[in-house]
Amino acid sequence: MQLIECPWCGAREEAEFHYGGQAHVAHPEDPHALDDEQWARYVFFRDNPKGPFAERWAHAAGCRRWFNALRDTVTHEFLAVYRVGDPPPPVPGTAPATHRTAPGAQPRQGQEATS
Amino acid sequence: MTVETPVRSSPLDGWQNTFDRLPESLAIREIPFLTQLSLRVEPGSPAARAVEDALGIALPGPSRADMSGEVKALWLGPDEWLLVAPPDQGHDLVTRLRAAIGDAFATVTDVSAQRTTLALSGHLTREVLARGCAIDLDPRVTPVGSCLTTLLAQAGVTLVVRGVAASSAWLLVRSSFAGYLASWLVDACTEYRGDV
Repeated sequence: MQLIECPWCGAREEAEFHYGGQAHVAHPEDPHALDDEQWARYVFFRDNPKGPFAERWAHAAGCRRWFNALRDTVTHEFLAVYRVGDPPPPVPGTAPATHRTAPGAQPRQGQEATS
Repeated sequence: MTVETPVRSSPLDGWQNTFDRLPESLAIREIPFLTQLSLRVEPGSPAARAVEDALGIALPGPSRADMSGEVKALWLGPDEWLLVAPPDQGHDLVTRLRAAIGDAFATVTDVSAQRTTLALSGHLTREVLARGCAIDLDPRVTPVGSCLTTLLAQAGVTLVVRGVAASSAWLLVRSSFAGYLASWLVDACTEYRGDV
């Protein structure tokens, strides 16, 4: 079974973790200012890259904390894990990762669930 | 008509006879009704220091447990500990800790009924646990005092290493999983019947 490195607990079996989708999707600062299309884009549209992808993971059977991971979607290799709130580490051989934000979104401290 | 008095029964009531028939090199005993408090507090904060002063221990760091005192502290997460004390101390301990914390920010909740505790000892402990648990119980990786919340035979457990090379350990398991885990442990010992 694949091992995933939890930032708190160290390497644990994949079965202890839950997947949480794309990381760094900021909640719109003022959802009421968005039209339906912009809201649908925030709620439903996610990147689907072939290669490194910043994702949210939860160590559900361990410390129960959410964290972020950079995973290669082709090889399933975890390139890096980092704590919620930390910027994504640079992907080897590419330009620095860009944050995907919804219209009107401002990155906020603590906007992602921490437990 | 008789009035039934509620009698407290532990999740593994009635299992001791089965545990007693296990190979001599693995002893299993339930420690029922331990007081367990969930402590949520930011490490290093004034509230955390107040708790440490009140208990006379230091809250252990990641994947560690402090088992030295009467009130034991098990690390469950970066801002979460399980305080384990002898039975029937929940009310006193909660009152004491809440008074110590005062207006600082922390939560103390009595969760004694959530889990029951299994004490395992004997040189087969590590080998039997390895049948259902991916944690490396080599003393170089998990020395005495390690506290790991993980899956054992797909059931969530908190495993505390108490003896060198996991020659004794505590398993804290959710009450509703206790029966399953007990049967799994007994089954995992089957091949060691007759071993000394």
